[in-house]
Parts: sequence; C-alpha cells; structure tokens
Amino acid sequence: MKAAGVILAVAAALTLQTTLAHYLARGSVAVDLVLVVVVYVALTSGPAVGLLSGTVAGLAQDALSTSIIGIGGLAKTIVGFLAGIIGTQFIVAQPLPRFVVFFAATVLHAVVFMGLYVVLDLRHFGTPYAAVAGQGITNAVVGVVAFQLAELLPGAVERRRADKHRVRR
Amino acid sequence: MLLISAQVNSKTGVPILEAVTFGVFSEVQRGVSGGLSGVLHVWNGYVGLRHVRQENDDLKRRLAASEITVQEQRALADRARGLAQLLELRDRLTLRTAAAEIIGAAAAPDFRTLTIDKGTGSGVRSNMAVIAPAGIVGRIVVPSARSAKVQLLIDRNAAAGALIERTRAQGVVVGAGDDRLRMEYVSEAFDIVVGDVVMTSGIDGIYPKGFVIGHVESVERSGGGYKRITVRPAVDFSSLEEVLVVLTPMPARDATQGVSE
Repeated sequence: MKAAGVILAVAAALTLQTTLAHYLARGSVAVDLVLVVVVYVALTSGPAVGLLSGTVAGLAQDALSTSIIGIGGLAKTIVGFLAGIIGTQFIVAQPLPRFVVFFAATVLHAVVFMGLYVVLDLRHFGTPYAAVAGQGITNAVVGVVAFQLAELLPGAVERRRADKHRVRR
Repeated sequence: MLLISAQVNSKTGVPILEAVTFGVFSEVQRGVSGGLSGVLHVWNGYVGLRHVRQENDDLKRRLAASEITVQEQRALADRARGLAQLLELRDRLTLRTAAAEIIGAAAAPDFRTLTIDKGTGSGVRSNMAVIAPAGIVGRIVVPSARSAKVQLLIDRNAAAGALIERTRAQGVVVGAGDDRLRMEYVSEAFDIVVGDVVMTSGIDGIYPKGFVIGHVESVERSGGGYKRITVRPAVDFSSLEEVLVVLTPMPARDATQGVSE
C-alpha cells in the first residue's frame, strides 16, 4: 500500500514536472518536484523507503530525460537515504528545519549529480551556484508548503465532519 | 674631245657623252637621292617612332581600359553567378516542415528538453532541426511513434554552428544550462559588438543555414585568443506553444560556401 502510494506520488510529481515546469522554469529558478517527493517520503517514512523511492524516482527521471540512466538514480538514492536518516535521528517537524533539509538535499543532489557528470567527463557545469541555490530555495518552499498542506488537510476534513455531526445533533 | 664623244655611240647604242653624263649624273642623283632618302628615312623614322610611341601609349591606355572593362564584366558575371547560387540556395531553403505542438517539458530541471506531439509517424527523425518563427529552438533527440523529445539549444549538451551576421565571424554556439547561450571559438581579431545578430552557419548538418539564433549580449576578452561571447536567444523558450520540425535533411556544408551574403 505504501509502495503504491510512493509510486503514485512519484508519477504525479513527474507529470507535474513535465507539464508545469515548462511554464514555471525560467533560467536558474527551477523546481525538481521529484526530488521534493523523495525527500518528503524519506522524512516521513525513514531511510529504507527513502532509498527505494529515490532509486525508483531517479531512474524514472533519467529515463524520461536525456541524461545517462543511473546518475540521477544514484543521486536521488543517496539523498533519499540520508534524508531518511535525518528524519529518524532529528526532529524535523517545524517549517524551518524542513526548509533546511529540503535545501540541503537539493545541494547534495546537485553535488552528486554534477560531480558524477564531471568525474565521468560527460558534462561541465561551470559555476552553477546561483542555479543550485535558486533551485534549493524553490524546492524547499514547495516541500514546506507540501508538508503544511499534508498536515492541515486531514485535520480540515475531520473538522468539517465534526461540524456536520454537531449540526445534526 | 667633248664634241667627238658626243657624236660617237657606245656599245649600247647610246652616245658616249650622253651615257657618261647620264651615268655620272645618275650617280649624283643616286647620291643625292640616297642622301635625301636617308634624311627622309631618318626624319620619317623619328616622326614615325614618335607616332608609334604615342600610338603605343594610346594602345596601352586602351588596353588598361579594356582590362578594367573585362574585370568589371567578370565581376558582373561573378555577381550573376552568385545571384544564381542565391536563387538556387533559396530554392533549396524551401524547407519541408511539420508543425508540432508542445505537450511536455523536461523531467529534470538540469536538462532543457521539450516533448512535441509529432513522431516518426509524421516523418520526424533524430537530429532534425526544430525552429520557431523567432529562430532556432533545438533538435530532435528521441523520436517515438507519436511524439518526440526536443533538446533545446539552451541545454548544456546542445551546440550549433554559428556565425555573426555582420562580420561573418564563425564559431560554435553552446547552451549554458540557463536561458543564455555562449558563442565559442570566435577569434579576438573579429570586431563583434553587443547587438550583433548570431545566425546558424549550417556546418553542423542539423540546422539550416541563415536562421537566427539570437543577439550578442556581451563580449569579453577571454585571453586565450578567443572572445567570450554571451548570446541572448531569439526564441523565448518559456512561451513556446508550437514549433516547426524541419523534415528536409540538412547536409553538412562549409559556411563560406556559396554566396557571400
């Protein structure tokens, strides 16, 4: 059940990424919704699920882009695993820690992803500090908002049900 | 003596006096005639030399004028030949294209790709150029039956043969990963200013020659013999909705070939 949820979340992120990113992504300000989902799953489900979701999501993303299949998968696997460890070892329940985790995960993902490309002499990225920082902030904002919505929505449904029940009485 | 000689005929039947007189006179005449003819010959030769010299100068002037005329004619012929080639090129540039709608973007933000709704079923193949009314968009990298992936020119792995329209300086335009392009391998000897139009050179065998890539945004000296040129793409990649896939195959060619546009 949880695996299906993770796969659905990754598929939804990929769909949103490929449909909305075209209009949202301009220059260095870009969002990686798949990475956001991986970090979210890792923070909420632990390192093992984070690792697996990172592997699946990264490989799917590699297959859909023009990259070498496996580089994005490896980067997201590492990020998912480490984010899962952080989620289990530290209390990441407030927006600021979550923001930091999402930002750090984006930076780590960029380091691993670009580092592998540079080590393999496949691509050169110049000095992408601004691009990585911009993407990290965007990912962090989207991740924090996703957490807030996920935490607020179930409560809102319960409150609505409770209100309806109170009116009937 | 004189009277007797005048009465006696010579062997030829001519009187001896008349023959001797004529003989002597004839020699005088010969001498005088020779002298006069010599003088006249020298005189006529000098005057004639002067005339030939003038005529030679005149002929030289006419020859020079003729050579200029020949060169002008040759230039006109070359121009006519160039115009013919231009017409032929224009005919060849009547590209067969297929309109396609953009149905998706890149799955990862590190790659600049688009997905279009035309694939191999519509004749789309790998490495076909994709253009928009504003200029070059990219090339087909992954065609499927009903869709195709387009690598945008701003992708880090993308490149295109390019030249500066004003100075004909050639180079290679490569994607920078953001919304700008870099033009590399342009010698510092070329005069390139901000605003110069960057066009495709056609040497890559993918993009048709003469299509706009963008405009020079900044020019710096890199110190390695090449300029560091930043190009602003003519196409706004974030607002693209439809593109044209160039179905006509583009043979790789020398950018200096054909007309010096």
